[in-house]
Amino acid sequence: MAIPKVCGIETEYGILVRGADNNPVSASSLLINAYLHTHMRKVGWDFGGEHPGNDARGFSLGDGFAPDVELHLVNAVLTNGARYYVDHAHPEISTPECLDAREVVVWDRAGEQIVRASMHAARAMLPDDAEILCHKNNSDGKGNSYGCHENYLVSRDVPFGRIVSQITPHFVTRQVVVGAGKVGCELPGMDFDEVPFQISQRADFFEEEVGLETTMKRPIVNTRDEPHCDAAKYRRLHVIVGDANMSEVATFLKVGATAIVLAMIEDDEMGDDFALANPVAAIRQISHDPSLKRTVLLRSGRRLTALDLQWGLLERARKYERSRGLVSVGEAVGAEVLDSWESVLTGLESDRDSVADVVDWVAKQRVIEGFAERHGLRSADPRLKAVDLQYHDMRVDKCLADRVGLRTIVDNDEVTHAMTNPPTTTRAYFRGRCLAKWPGNVVAANWDSLVFDVGRDPLRRVPMMEPLRGTAEHVANLIDSSDTAAELLQRLGA
Amino acid sequence: MVERTQKQKPVSSRAEDDVVEAPASTVTGEKLKAELDDLLDEIDGVLETNAEDFVKSYVQKGGQ
Repeated sequence: MAIPKVCGIETEYGILVRGADNNPVSASSLLINAYLHTHMRKVGWDFGGEHPGNDARGFSLGDGFAPDVELHLVNAVLTNGARYYVDHAHPEISTPECLDAREVVVWDRAGEQIVRASMHAARAMLPDDAEILCHKNNSDGKGNSYGCHENYLVSRDVPFGRIVSQITPHFVTRQVVVGAGKVGCELPGMDFDEVPFQISQRADFFEEEVGLETTMKRPIVNTRDEPHCDAAKYRRLHVIVGDANMSEVATFLKVGATAIVLAMIEDDEMGDDFALANPVAAIRQISHDPSLKRTVLLRSGRRLTALDLQWGLLERARKYERSRGLVSVGEAVGAEVLDSWESVLTGLESDRDSVADVVDWVAKQRVIEGFAERHGLRSADPRLKAVDLQYHDMRVDKCLADRVGLRTIVDNDEVTHAMTNPPTTTRAYFRGRCLAKWPGNVVAANWDSLVFDVGRDPLRRVPMMEPLRGTAEHVANLIDSSDTAAELLQRLGA
Repeated sequence: MVERTQKQKPVSSRAEDDVVEAPASTVTGEKLKAELDDLLDEIDGVLETNAEDFVKSYVQKGGQ
């Protein structure tokens, strides 16, 4: 039986400084520090300055997330269990571990609000005319891309080769449902206006079917094997092929449908008959065809459209729901995902306007085409690219996605709460609550452990190797009733 | 869809169809167009004043 699809999203935001030195690395640091100073009791720590592992019994830093951290850069863990840091030359937020797709939407939206609060806080630290702008997008239109990655818990028992071959058809075709849309083409060798509008932000940047890279020669299936939990039992599938979504329903479907497809693969209910002859060519070709009419070649010799393939996957998921149930993705959430998936496919097929309130690329295309017609613009006009960029603009007074009538599925109070509170359903609860209650005692945190300093040597490490231990159900009473971190540790037996 | 169906019908039945179908589709179509017009008005108001420069200055370092 498929294991629970614990999941989360990491988003690298585009960043631009106006009216001051436009160095994206220092701007990202300033942005995050401004937030930490303004909104947290204690500035987030720099893991590079701390070496808790040297003092703690049985602690090996090597199994934390040290390898992918640039140690001199800002790197904070928030009380909602999220990680907020500078990655390469972008501010990045990883949501806390969530139990289902709906929770991911809540904490992804909370991440947007944290970035907005950070932009506001940063203004006070910049000269009067200067400001930092952030965009929740994935490319600058000039060939530079940055990611929005998803993560899913998968059983170690599943042969990785099966995951690669059976998830690829979904990764190539899901863009018709969850693509964020893009003006212009960034594929090397093609002119910008050769593709006036395409479905995905990211498709132009994928060059391999499978591999370890994330910043060059990007693969459709990424092989990074860094589970951040018990490696003997679990994998973390690190998905780099998606677009950052502004539509809540799109985020919900991106994570929800992928979680279901992974559960099917885990239970060996997926099969290989959707395998594509050339996934890299297909992902670009599908993105470059907003008419959704072109077909791609399957290894079996059949030719299908992306919509045909998505219908096929949905049908298989319905069958899986009937035979095995959707407990691993949350039964109610899973059922909602399937209904929503079906209604989007139906709309894309028969009445495009009917999904302009949930599908990012359709919402964006409608505005781009209307704007071009109104002002008599040709497809290469930079004003159309400006509309594209501004769709993702995090400034409240500039964001176009906030204005196109996208349907919401979570309410603002819930999002505000999630800016400072963790999900109650995963180990993120323990991390977030301990940070909020004992900020002076938690000296290091990563996904699978917390290190406490309670004033006596040595530092104490609390391992969290099980993503579903440390939930509110397990530890809320313990945390509530412990006056000090020392008391908590004593009662934990740590 | 409606338009396509109507084109296939003989001229004599068209008037009858119009009574049933035209109001609904026209209202939806007009509503959508009016909404889009309002939206485009709003976008005209919030779009960067110098969009061309903005697009030119929007250069990012590659990330993951």
